[in-house]
Amino acid sequence: MATNHQQIQLQLDEKKDKQRKIFKIVGLSVIYIVLTIWAILTFVPLIWMFISSIKDTTSITQVPPQLIPDQPTLDAYRRVFDVGGFARWFLNSVIVSTILTISNVVLASLAGYAFAKLKFPGRNTIFWILLGSMMIPGQITLIPLYILIVNTFQMADTYLALVIPTLVTTANIFLARQFMASLPSTLIDAARIDACSEPKIFWKVILPMAKPGLAVLGIFTFVANWNNFFWPFLVTSSNEMRTLQVGLTSFRYQYTADYGAMMAGAVLTAIPMFIVFLALQKYFLKGITIGAVKG
Amino acid sequence: MLASHHSSKMNKKRFTWENTVQFFKDYGWCYAFILVPVILFVLFTVYPLVMAFIYSFQKYSVLGSEWIGLDNYRSLMDSPVFWKAMKNTLIYTVATVPVNILITLFLALMIFPLNNKSQTFFKAAFYLPGVTSGITMSLIWLWIFDPTGAGLLNAVFDFLGLDSVMWLANPDTALFSLILMTYLGAHGAGILLYLAAMGGIPKSLYEAADIDSASWWSKLKNITWPLLKPTTLYLLVMGVIASFQVFEQAYVMTMGGPNLATTTVAYLIYEHAFLSFEFGLAAAESFVLGFIIIIISVIQFKFMSSDIEY
Repeated sequence: MATNHQQIQLQLDEKKDKQRKIFKIVGLSVIYIVLTIWAILTFVPLIWMFISSIKDTTSITQVPPQLIPDQPTLDAYRRVFDVGGFARWFLNSVIVSTILTISNVVLASLAGYAFAKLKFPGRNTIFWILLGSMMIPGQITLIPLYILIVNTFQMADTYLALVIPTLVTTANIFLARQFMASLPSTLIDAARIDACSEPKIFWKVILPMAKPGLAVLGIFTFVANWNNFFWPFLVTSSNEMRTLQVGLTSFRYQYTADYGAMMAGAVLTAIPMFIVFLALQKYFLKGITIGAVKG
Repeated sequence: MLASHHSSKMNKKRFTWENTVQFFKDYGWCYAFILVPVILFVLFTVYPLVMAFIYSFQKYSVLGSEWIGLDNYRSLMDSPVFWKAMKNTLIYTVATVPVNILITLFLALMIFPLNNKSQTFFKAAFYLPGVTSGITMSLIWLWIFDPTGAGLLNAVFDFLGLDSVMWLANPDTALFSLILMTYLGAHGAGILLYLAAMGGIPKSLYEAADIDSASWWSKLKNITWPLLKPTTLYLLVMGVIASFQVFEQAYVMTMGGPNLATTTVAYLIYEHAFLSFEFGLAAAESFVLGFIIIIISVIQFKFMSSDIEY
């Protein structure tokens, strides 16, 4: 009787196990299907941009639209360059983003190191003031900043105006401090006992350890500035000084009907960032959690 | 060298030549490391902040501004356009931020149980669209929302047998269109934060729940959701701050129209400052906006962090 009971229990368990397995497989399949559908949906705008950019001027306005163009052409890309300035905008974006990436990495890492590892009078006060200022929305400082740069300093339409307000951002100093704080202090102390000068300690001890963090900081800064619109839009007036994002919006009004050229311009603007992302994927996927709140 | 705190304490007591020299020997490099950022901060954050405050009480003019007291603020309070912009911004924020956080959480919950390879794939897939600029996305969606049948969304509607919609050209649907595009936007960054937080939840909690044969839903409600609160709070605060400053979409896609339907506060500030050059009025608007953002952030912190323990 007892053994019989046990057997039934065993059979029940087996059945439950089997059920659980099926449940798991079904669950996982549902997960994969939903995730894939949602991923495709978020890619639809980008795919539509590519498809639209290789259509000719008549097929792009066709109703219903062709999902796969029957006569793909690079004509829209030629029109992008015909309008003049696109190559220059591209160059400007490269210059501005590169300068700002270098200056942010250098200045933020030095300051971040000082705030994280050095002790000096006023350190915490200064740091908290910087941190607190991150609460202030950009719109507030924007107008006086514009007046300062454009009217007082007379810098309108120069590279200097494009880069100077964000040579180092508070957010980057904070990020640098976060990962500098996690570096071991023992090596720094050892170097100090060996009477290394502070710049030498930074160069020889800190930088090699901080490289991954600084790479993340640099990459994020580059992408953010490549995509930045508002400030370059305010301080540039000539066609030659526009960055890509500013130039791209001028397409909106130059080509009210030419969506093909607009999409081709968008593709050319977005592709460098796709390449950066695909090449440096691991930094993007690991980097975001460095400076964020612990959770 | 930096450890000689003794001399610095002496320095505080008496300012002599030797003490000053010693102070610089001790701390010179520290201040050198932060010198440029601090100068930039004073010049490009502190000074503008003070000036914005001053401008907000002035009628600005290049030749000489005139003090007008609270007139800028008063005219804002009386302006139906400002309240309309405020309402639009609030609707936009309420309709985008919580929904997008839920979408992010939902996607993260589904990615979490997968194997490493699939996790990386989906993380990358959801992150990738996020490296495109707001301007690029706005141009693409402008084309997707095209009122003719050539616009992708209307083509889908035609296919489903629905009537075409004017989307951005109709005051009733314009703001909704801007909201809609955020749902299909990039949730990658938030997903990564949620996944990192989920990885930090002790497994023992789930094992204990399994012994009590708790359901999937009850585990989510009683373990996962409470322990993810700091991340949710972070995304909420950041999301609200960002959506209160939404500008690019309104500028590129609708110019604040039609009929003010997509005029946000940030767009109104831009209009007043850089189209009609009423810097004083725009400064007052920016202070009201900043004040509201800070208040909302504080409330969220108070409200959300009250029951976080761990």
